[in-house]
Amino acid sequence: MNTDSKTYQAYAKAHAKRSPMARDIVRAFWVGGLICVIGELLKLLYSSLTIPEDLIKILIPVTLIFIAGLLTGIGVFDNIAKYAGAGTLVPITGFANSMIATAMDTKSEGMIMGVGAKMFIVAGPVIVYGTVASLIYGVILWIAERV
Amino acid sequence: MKKIMTFANAPIITVGASVVGKKEHEGPLGSTFDIHDDTCEFGMSTWEGSETEMQRMALQTALAKAKLTADDIDCVFAGDLMNQCTGASYGMKSFASRYFGLYGACSTFAEGLILSSMAVSCGFSALSAVVTSSHFCSAERQFRFPIEYGCQRTPTSQWTVTGSGAVIIGSNGDGPRIVDALPGRITDKGITDVNNMGAAMAPAAIDTLNLYFTESNTSPRDYDLILTGDLGREGHSVLREFMRSDGYDIENNSNDCGMMIFSASAQDVHSGGSGCGCCATVFSSYILPRLVKKELNNILLIATGALMSPDRLKQGDSIPGIAHLVHIVS
Repeated sequence: MNTDSKTYQAYAKAHAKRSPMARDIVRAFWVGGLICVIGELLKLLYSSLTIPEDLIKILIPVTLIFIAGLLTGIGVFDNIAKYAGAGTLVPITGFANSMIATAMDTKSEGMIMGVGAKMFIVAGPVIVYGTVASLIYGVILWIAERV
Repeated sequence: MKKIMTFANAPIITVGASVVGKKEHEGPLGSTFDIHDDTCEFGMSTWEGSETEMQRMALQTALAKAKLTADDIDCVFAGDLMNQCTGASYGMKSFASRYFGLYGACSTFAEGLILSSMAVSCGFSALSAVVTSSHFCSAERQFRFPIEYGCQRTPTSQWTVTGSGAVIIGSNGDGPRIVDALPGRITDKGITDVNNMGAAMAPAAIDTLNLYFTESNTSPRDYDLILTGDLGREGHSVLREFMRSDGYDIENNSNDCGMMIFSASAQDVHSGGSGCGCCATVFSSYILPRLVKKELNNILLIATGALMSPDRLKQGDSIPGIAHLVHIVS
């Protein structure tokens, strides 16, 4: 094979069948949108139960995380995600799934070195950089308030 | 010096056996496999344990078919995709044979065939066994994401076969013979896409096949079947294109185990099957019987491997490929 690496890489990239982008975007949009609608419905539900607004803001993500966790546990979530792609990945459901799926997977290696140590292997970057981003935001806010 | 190894006393593939999971059993070759388990657990509580059990069952079945015991086998050449090759080392624990643990990614089956042929042909072993396996769940855990993690796969990605294949190679008896072989060399064209293993492995297959045709002074027409291991639809299409431009037309008599084991239309496997259980099960249960029945008489088996490490990829390295070729006549 006389083709040099650069030419081959370009060839392989061009040769590879692309993901059906338009279809994926439509699916992600409606499923992701539906999750947001469920969030809104939960807000209405909790409001009707006269729960204070601060608590509702916490209860909505907690409920969504619980549902995503449950669906992951019974082996349904990955099938929905295969269809929806970013539609389930981007909302908090994707975060919940990445934690629960990892915990389920690493259970065989024990609760300490398995679940405990490896649970954050997928979601870790989100937690680390989410925390760092909120810290930077806090500093900016602190300065802005004093200027 | 010639790179093709011609075996003076061509070793004989006396028997083959295979164990597969649910998806493989539901595939087009489903009925040809010896054992299947729809839970893919094989009675074990971990996926790693299940893969180990598949290897044990595959060799046990092959021994039973050949009416042999483990004591009759001098050497076992076994491998899988897991770290430290535990599928093989734990799977072969209950057999007393001398053990060689191999890692050649998905090319391991052909690597085992070549090494066992060398041992048998040179008289170091009267009977050898080759066993390889892969398990979808242990491979996902090792190389990709947790099993229940929700994500989409790209069209070029492949589905790791849950299965184990075993063959017994002997110096005497009836059966197809391994007349010569061409071990592959590491070929790396800089592919870094873990979801396009076919493109990462194809250059190795092209390299090995070209050298084989040149050195043996043969052409694709001389063979009934040119069978690659697990290039999948993507990699096999790359292989055909490059072979054609090199002057070798393999359009009509080539196929790929990764394309054969699953149905492209009915099973959601994208580019096809992969893993060192892919080539091992398809060969042991589908190709070998056809060689015995003389429906196939002269074939080239080229098992390809993507020698991929998730850590090295994260460090910015590419995926080296390898392709080992075995020439088998009935």
